[in-house]
Amino acid sequence: MTKEIEKAGITIVQMANLIPVAKTVGSNRMVPTISIPYPLGDPSSPKEVQFKLRYHRVGVALDALTTDIKEQTVFKVKI
Amino acid sequence: MKKAILYINQFFGQIGGEEMADHAPEIREGLVGPAMELQKQLGDEYQVTHTIICGDNFMGSRQEEAIKTILGFLEGKEFDIFFAGPAFRAGRYGSACGNICKAVKEKFNVPVITSMNEENPGVEMFKKDMYIFKGGASAASMRKDVAAMAKFAIKLMNGEELLSAEEEGYFGRGIRKQVYLNPPVNAADRVINMLLKKIRGEKFQSELPIPPSDLVPIAPAISPDELSKIKVAMVTSGGIVPVGNPDRIQSASATKWGKYDISELDDLVEGEYMTIHAGFDPAAANADPDVIVPLDALRAYEKEGKIGGVYKYFYATVGTGTTQAEAARMGREIAAELVADGVKAVILTST
Repeated sequence: MTKEIEKAGITIVQMANLIPVAKTVGSNRMVPTISIPYPLGDPSSPKEVQFKLRYHRVGVALDALTTDIKEQTVFKVKI
Repeated sequence: MKKAILYINQFFGQIGGEEMADHAPEIREGLVGPAMELQKQLGDEYQVTHTIICGDNFMGSRQEEAIKTILGFLEGKEFDIFFAGPAFRAGRYGSACGNICKAVKEKFNVPVITSMNEENPGVEMFKKDMYIFKGGASAASMRKDVAAMAKFAIKLMNGEELLSAEEEGYFGRGIRKQVYLNPPVNAADRVINMLLKKIRGEKFQSELPIPPSDLVPIAPAISPDELSKIKVAMVTSGGIVPVGNPDRIQSASATKWGKYDISELDDLVEGEYMTIHAGFDPAAANADPDVIVPLDALRAYEKEGKIGGVYKYFYATVGTGTTQAEAARMGREIAAELVADGVKAVILTST
């Protein structure tokens, strides 16, 4: 899906847990998430901590959209 | 007597379904689940001595730790060959089988064999590194897929002559091997035969097939200034839909997608939105759908002015057991809508 949307000329970033899979199927901009059932917020942590993580990683994704890349790139996250 | 060890996931290890997908690696003496069939197919000259079981999410999210633990289990064990799966069309399981086979092969230098369906992304990831047999779409083909792995393993261990990947039934590893045709046909004759077939519009097989590169051109970066003026759209394969699933999107092998108006919302809340994805434990996403469609975080960036806004709809489907062909079609349909509405930036979340 990512590829088809990018093919249409839309700048897209994929947030995924299984980065190697995203890479294999051809995503160009990728940001890692923390798990499969809860990509952006660990339910065992408090709501504020979950939001902080989600806010951070979505921010990395937005920055990825504004970053010029020459090849498939996995953007680094801090939390 | 030759010895074999098999790797399987928590489901086939009879530990549990998605709720147990975080199960830490363990090793058991003897046969569990598919190991019984493998033993039967390998016959009396082989003994499947151990079964290793690991949750798919554990291997997916804590891969290094999982591999290290499993290699530790194998340390000091005698085995001549290592198997994993079959993984059918299960993407996480396929990826896990590939990762563990690769690590075992590197560390212990024994042959490794697995089996996956052609739609399993694990095939593209690992086919160059190991024998991946062409398996069925679901566990219905368990017996057949195990038999194919076992049959080839016996040939391999006996040092019998191995045929091409195509003939043996595994995915080509991209290795070129010199073969002598019987009866011999020289290259000039072969190329003319091919040319004649081409002219007649018949099918022919190149002797040097080059796999097509499947990357799409990288879409240009959006300037931060532009981003602060445009709306960002969200798309997900994590199955987030309004409670009740109005578009009746399938929980697995989806062929449908839906779009849902979020223009008046700041947050996706429990009881209004939920996931219908059958490929993982839905508890966390049902309790807070923002963990998959991060509307609350995007609204925060909208308030700060980092983005111009959030596009009025989010798009959702389910990415489990979904064929790549169906996923591509849905991607095209969604892209067409976004383009028609002038959307230039998308965040896609996958599970």
